[in-house]
Amino acid sequence: MAGHPGVRGLVIKEGLLWERSRKGRIGVSLPEQDVPRAELADELVGEKPALPELSEVDVIRHYTRLSTWNFGVDTGTYPLGSCTMKYNPKINEHLAGLPGFANLHPMTPESHAQGALKLMYELERDLLEITKLHAVSLQPAAGAQGELTGMLMIHAYHAHKGRQRGKVIMPSTAHGTNPASAALCGYAPVPVRISPDGIITPEAIREVMDEDTAGIMITNPNTLGIFESNIAEITKIIHEKGGLVYGDGANLNALMGYADIEKMGIDVLHVNVHKTLSTPHGGGGPGAGPVVVRDILEPFLPIPRIVKEGDRYKLVSDAPLSIGRLHSFYGNFATLARALAYTRTLGKRLKDVTELAVLNANYVKARLKGVYNLPFPQPSMHECVFNDAIQHKGGVTTLDIAKRLIDLGYHPPTVYFPLVVDGALMIEPTESESKADLDGFVEAMIAIAEEAVTDPGAVKDAPRNTRVSRPDEVRAARHLILRGEIPG
Amino acid sequence: MRYLSHTPDDIKEMLEAVGVKSVEELFSSIPAGVRRDSEIDIEPRSEWRLSRDFEEMAGGLTAAGPAVSFAGAGSYSHCVPAHIPYLASRSEFLTSYTPYQPEISQGTLQAIFEFQTMTAGLLGMEIANASMYDGASSLAEAVLMAIRTKKKPKVAVSRLNHPHYLQVLKTYLRPTAFEVVELEALPDGRTDYGATPDDVSALVVQSPNFLGCIEDLASAAETAHSKGALLVTSFTEAMAWGLLKNPGGQGADIVSGEGKSFGIPHSFGGPGVGMLACKKDFVRTIPGRLVGETIDKNGERSFVLTLAAREQHIRREKAVSNICTNSGHNALIAAIYMSTAGKEGLREIAQQNHDRAVYLKNGLEEAGFRPLFDSPFFNEFAMTAPAGFEKRHEALLARGFLAGLKLDLFPEYNDPRYKDAYLFCATEAHTRGVLDEFFAILKEVA
Repeated sequence: MAGHPGVRGLVIKEGLLWERSRKGRIGVSLPEQDVPRAELADELVGEKPALPELSEVDVIRHYTRLSTWNFGVDTGTYPLGSCTMKYNPKINEHLAGLPGFANLHPMTPESHAQGALKLMYELERDLLEITKLHAVSLQPAAGAQGELTGMLMIHAYHAHKGRQRGKVIMPSTAHGTNPASAALCGYAPVPVRISPDGIITPEAIREVMDEDTAGIMITNPNTLGIFESNIAEITKIIHEKGGLVYGDGANLNALMGYADIEKMGIDVLHVNVHKTLSTPHGGGGPGAGPVVVRDILEPFLPIPRIVKEGDRYKLVSDAPLSIGRLHSFYGNFATLARALAYTRTLGKRLKDVTELAVLNANYVKARLKGVYNLPFPQPSMHECVFNDAIQHKGGVTTLDIAKRLIDLGYHPPTVYFPLVVDGALMIEPTESESKADLDGFVEAMIAIAEEAVTDPGAVKDAPRNTRVSRPDEVRAARHLILRGEIPG
Repeated sequence: MRYLSHTPDDIKEMLEAVGVKSVEELFSSIPAGVRRDSEIDIEPRSEWRLSRDFEEMAGGLTAAGPAVSFAGAGSYSHCVPAHIPYLASRSEFLTSYTPYQPEISQGTLQAIFEFQTMTAGLLGMEIANASMYDGASSLAEAVLMAIRTKKKPKVAVSRLNHPHYLQVLKTYLRPTAFEVVELEALPDGRTDYGATPDDVSALVVQSPNFLGCIEDLASAAETAHSKGALLVTSFTEAMAWGLLKNPGGQGADIVSGEGKSFGIPHSFGGPGVGMLACKKDFVRTIPGRLVGETIDKNGERSFVLTLAAREQHIRREKAVSNICTNSGHNALIAAIYMSTAGKEGLREIAQQNHDRAVYLKNGLEEAGFRPLFDSPFFNEFAMTAPAGFEKRHEALLARGFLAGLKLDLFPEYNDPRYKDAYLFCATEAHTRGVLDEFFAILKEVA
């Protein structure tokens, strides 16, 4: 399989951090001891902390070696469905780290934090312009906390109306975090069937929506990458029964410049800035999950809120119906700064981002159709879902296909999700991939499909080019080792 | 547009492959009724204009931050060795997702395993998770964890927890029937554990507490355990554990807190990194990611995400939490910081925090401030200011000094007991030169 980017390279071994530890080493420059020593009472002082002893060079070698065992967006194509692994612009990193932001204490008097407050206010304006909703809070620290915020607001809304409800409608095409977020508010999930077209129908919603149902959590486009074209009618049914609509904004990359979230009838939507708005995932965060709401939910938004009076910005906490605070301070400011750098770089061209993300997904889908099984052939938006039905007959599974892709130099798609598709391969290329890179990915997928017939053992044996291959997850869970031992 | 590679020819070929005539046609499943009727009204900017806009917000006419700050209260000024942001900015760490594919995520996975190890060691606990969003949400999740374990719908919470953390806890508990009983402060600035009711799942104590006093966690543990409850502790200043007896050694069952002091800048309050650790008996109820050690098919040591059966994507509504993305990259930074400072360095830096805080406190006493309490503190303490200090505080700000935080900035401390009280903090970053200069200017603006 020459021609694919995956080749063998020099992989350097590296032990655990503390295996380098030697008594007497130190990796930090200590400030000059220029004030008298002040001893705390002995009964308050602990043993020296259980940390390794390393030089600065040890630390540099260790983490540099570790980094080379990772695959990032900067390394190559990363079509991880539902995660929107787009390019993370470097100027955003630089601007978010400007000393005037980095060194700004969160309790700095407002008179001296006007620039930071302005930045947050400006991002709020941009999120409202992109979604066409009415008000926003930047506080939630990630998508799941944004979901929780949205559901807490829906809960508070019903409480304020004087009658709490007990259930929330949860389509099987909703994101994985949705049921857990609803459960934190005490709502029981009510499943709703999807049509053979992969979308929810108004009839199905009418069957389950009642006056004990707080609303619906809906992802649009859904996790099959299909636009819920009945959205206006569905949300109307929910509203007629006094319910509210929570929109999962994880797939906003498919909608910018095209859809009007308010017209869709969504009352609260969270935005994953670490997906749609290009902030880096960092191997698992930090992200940010601002929530954008329709006017009826504004009184319930988290506090404090940022307001502009004349040309001054201030934080305001006077909101009796607010659900309260979600974050130690005001949100993940440095992440939000990156998001603003992105919206201000792209501006109205965010529509081009959406168009190319959708074009890329449809191109991959067109080229792989027939090679891999496509359970839902309906029009796709920014991602498409195949499965292993064709390859499975020869014993090759989705997991094997994913692992073989690694050998060929590609990050695998999301696998075994969404749950409505057996053996799902969920591909979201994002707009960042060029046609040439997509062609390479498609050719790798085709080569694996051929290999699944001619040499299935080779696929099942993958990956072979990586430092480790198929770590034993069952063993990890049965014989739990969650920490090492740092030598004293 | 420099982030987009498609040429008109590429687009034409791709549309042909898809079998549509235009890009717009790909959006035909969006009905007219839910389409926006205008362009996105945001002007695109060049890199150079964008930089000017941001530089202005970060420090130009709109001014950011005083030069010297004695503010702590959950976000502390510490020295950051240059190699830490350098290493952490390696794109293989920064631009990767949650490590779902272990073969190409061993760097992140091993770094998190090492973070778990060092965090657990620092706090004296058996296990720690891969991180939470921040100290406040970590505390809220720790309390939910205690309620799941003990199954009593009530918790006793010290009022001397950070007020924002208590607010977040209340937000998380809002839709539940769980009850929070608040424990008052004693005259010595520590919590009155004696008032803990009998039927609680947990006693929740921050140490050093919001007013800077070091709590007697051993006695808190005794109280909690005598009532069949868990001791949940919180912290806002991770640096304290370089010097103080750790919470695990004093009997804490669950420890939550903020790790931002380890190499992560203020950034106007976020992102930080939530730390969460517990006894190993509670491993199946701890929220968040856990990395475990295993071997691969060739017997090589490898790391994977483990115990996913607790998590939202498997257990859905029965999951222990909805958390998914956490604060992974900041956990990496904290791990690099902990390994850089190490056993000896962290002790020395922590000691210097205490030294400088004592030096600041002595200087303030000479300037007419009175300590609110005589309990021991780490690097933060509360003082009652001499009459008329509020105006001088403003004058000092104009001279580039944020001379402490007035306690009534936090509505919870808008109380006659705390009239004219300020919270001060000094760390290893405050040199004697800066402290002496502050004392001199304090006299000038009298």
